[in-house]
Amino acid sequence: MKSVTELLPAKDGRSNWVPLLETATREVFELMLSSQLSPSINADESNLNVTAMVGLAGQLCGVLSVRCDDKAARLMTSKMLGVDLDKVGPEISDALGEVCNMVAGNFKNKIAGLAEGCMLSPPTVITGSDYSLHSMADSPALEIRLQFETMPLVISLLIQS
Amino acid sequence: MPIRALIIDDSSVMRKIVERSLRQAGIDLTQVFEAGNGAEALAVLQDKSVDLILCDINMPIMDGLEFIKQLPGVANAKDVPVVMITTEGSESHVVQALSHGARGYIRKPFTPEQVKEHVVPVLGCKS
Repeated sequence: MKSVTELLPAKDGRSNWVPLLETATREVFELMLSSQLSPSINADESNLNVTAMVGLAGQLCGVLSVRCDDKAARLMTSKMLGVDLDKVGPEISDALGEVCNMVAGNFKNKIAGLAEGCMLSPPTVITGSDYSLHSMADSPALEIRLQFETMPLVISLLIQS
Repeated sequence: MPIRALIIDDSSVMRKIVERSLRQAGIDLTQVFEAGNGAEALAVLQDKSVDLILCDINMPIMDGLEFIKQLPGVANAKDVPVVMITTEGSESHVVQALSHGARGYIRKPFTPEQVKEHVVPVLGCKS
């Protein structure tokens, strides 16, 4: 029987994970928010000031993040709770954290050997855009850009091998 | 059949989603209790009776697997069916949960139909 490490592709094979990351993201939005994500074309990403992050540890170490703007985060929360936009309150961080958690979980469950060998951290949510992220990742981020109800959404997976 | 449910998840948003999914699945919820982790849930069960428990796995203080291990020690809840709802999709988590008495296992993300598919048979077992 192959070990989990043997099942995981080398750095240069991980580009194959991009479609899986996109599928994992789309499924979360379709099932939990009843929302179809569309491809992002030249979207303005200058206001992505809400960032949810989930750490991965074990056979795969890294950070998965979901970035969007305030308006998108509020709409996601509204859809998740089934309430009007004006009824959305401080649950925004909780909601975006859960979205990130489900994307990370759904993604790892799609890769052979990773469901067993990789743990997820509780989500962390950062609001604001005036910060720098210094990751120990030693390979380029796998990144997908989509639109949620016309608003940009960026999903990144930074991997430390 | 009117159902009193306990929903255990460290995310209040997820607790609301689970409640809404149960209602959308046609479950007649008369009372819903919430807990943010296994320890809070055990405290709720000290003085509340429920017919169904839906439980996350990864939670602070006491996780879902520890909760279902301790559940048989709660006099008025030891026979209550538990369905796990979690992002953890590993076979070992499923096996552990089922071996400790969980009656069902739903992976997030989920649909109300999946909730119905896993919860209704469990409620049938109870009656």
